[in-house]
Amino acid sequence: MGGIGSDESPKQVANVACLPGIVSYSLAMPDMHWGYGFPIGGVAAFDLDEGVISPGGVGYDINCGCRLMTTRLHYDDVRDRIRDLVTALFRDIPTGVGSKGTMKLSLAEEKKVLLEGARWAVRQGYGTEEDLLSTEDGGMIGGADPERVSPRALERGREQLGTLGSGNHFLEIEVVEEIFDPPAAAAFGLEAGQVAVMIHSGSRGFGYQVCDDFLARMVKKIPSLDFYLPDRQLACAPFRSREGQEYFSAMACAANYAWTNRQMLMHGTRETFGRTLGLSPRELGMRLLYDVCHNIAKVEEFIVAGEKKKLCVHRKGATRAFPPGHGALPDRFQATGQPVLIPGDMGTGSYVLAGTEKAYRETFGSTCHGAGRVMSRTQAMKSSRGRPVSREMADRGVIVMAAGRGTLHEEIPEAYKNIDDVVDVVHRAGLSRKVARLRSVGCIKG
Amino acid sequence: MDFPRYRLFEHTADLGIEIFGADPGELLQNGVHALFDLMTDLEAVRPERTWRFSVDGTAWDDLLVNLLREVLYRASAEGVLFRDFTIEDLAEYRVTGTGRGEFFDPQRHRMEMEIKAVTYHGLDVVRTGTGWKGRVICDV
Repeated sequence: MGGIGSDESPKQVANVACLPGIVSYSLAMPDMHWGYGFPIGGVAAFDLDEGVISPGGVGYDINCGCRLMTTRLHYDDVRDRIRDLVTALFRDIPTGVGSKGTMKLSLAEEKKVLLEGARWAVRQGYGTEEDLLSTEDGGMIGGADPERVSPRALERGREQLGTLGSGNHFLEIEVVEEIFDPPAAAAFGLEAGQVAVMIHSGSRGFGYQVCDDFLARMVKKIPSLDFYLPDRQLACAPFRSREGQEYFSAMACAANYAWTNRQMLMHGTRETFGRTLGLSPRELGMRLLYDVCHNIAKVEEFIVAGEKKKLCVHRKGATRAFPPGHGALPDRFQATGQPVLIPGDMGTGSYVLAGTEKAYRETFGSTCHGAGRVMSRTQAMKSSRGRPVSREMADRGVIVMAAGRGTLHEEIPEAYKNIDDVVDVVHRAGLSRKVARLRSVGCIKG
Repeated sequence: MDFPRYRLFEHTADLGIEIFGADPGELLQNGVHALFDLMTDLEAVRPERTWRFSVDGTAWDDLLVNLLREVLYRASAEGVLFRDFTIEDLAEYRVTGTGRGEFFDPQRHRMEMEIKAVTYHGLDVVRTGTGWKGRVICDV
């Protein structure tokens, strides 16, 4: 793949390798690009006793991730209704900068969200128990403690549940275009021509504030660290220290917030589809295939030098890809491995992959997370100035609506690497297996 | 003033801003200006209300980031748009000042860009031959 290493990201991979207690190596996936602190596409695991946890190794949008829902609809049956669906979704789902959800949580209720994650949403009627089984970690990370979250973060989280956000976040209607692995596709409930919906969103202002608060705290402590830190954005704390544990507890709150958010976005999507097409929930059959996070730090068990060991794995712009037979997967994925969702740029579509034993052994159960940018946002704006991006997308068969004036220009397809190339690399490297490719036909963005 | 208040530099995924000022105070003011100029059309922001606050840091670069984090919080969480920021007191390394502006009104204001956070990555404030220059990278 050309282009890798032409920016600052290789240096960032090396910087991460300087952090204390790192196990084996600092990794980057083929969609790697220049981030801040860790590279985007970075994976690093740390020893729980001697290693660190770093807010910059997770990022501001804690538990930014994707979920894919399958339906009983065939594209041929709804081909002429895609524009109606996109218009209705754009009307019903709050998108864009500073958008607010339909509810304002009380403080007590918000704390329940932070503790329970997607379970809270299901209890409130936004989805089913089955949805939780198809969500990484069941939609809730343990160890969350709302008392570790600042009043500022709590304030920012109160009105943003059920909102998509802006930038590269999206909600996309897709069609299954190609099946690479028929048995796995069948187990995932995927078949050619089927309509599916992909949601890409995260923990919104709540997560940004948690990251910001803890980075500022940890940056203050840099002078007292007994090791060299090559970049302040890598500010970190020993995993077992008070700061380290408090960050983990607050980060878990943000992760749970993000799962609740995606659960509510999915519920809104189900309702809008049903209403627009005049279908009952049963006729629509919108089922969650899986939900993955790609900005997170988690305690997971791996084999290091022949021994089972719990490690703190940071995935910043990388996706978990657990193998067949892993205990963290529900029964329906025991034979196939974990579904891995990889979105491409808005004009292309997405891939569904499956986790592998090799990823578990070699990359701390991790694979890529998307196409990865090659063009800065300002370059993309410049190169697409004056171009009717929305019409160009329609000519490619994708109906797009965006809240922000500049969003479509920043997100033009050529601003990203070719998703087919990125996925081919992880497939050939054995870090995940290709199961299906989906083509986008409609998209709403912030 | 013979230099721009700010300009952008290339960063693949995020937003690099180079900020200029004749002295540290002007640099801080221009930093606030840059953030809001990138977020919205400042011409449409009326100086209707004022917000007075203090921010401190451990060095000029740390103070710059902390000031930008503070105004970004007010923008993101409270919907405040600052048209300008006037410094009343400046010391090493603490600033007290007043922002003038109004609350976001979707009827009159357009948000051009969401700035999620101001990072420490590549952060730098230096004295140059002609004044002061700061570099920050924002997550967008």
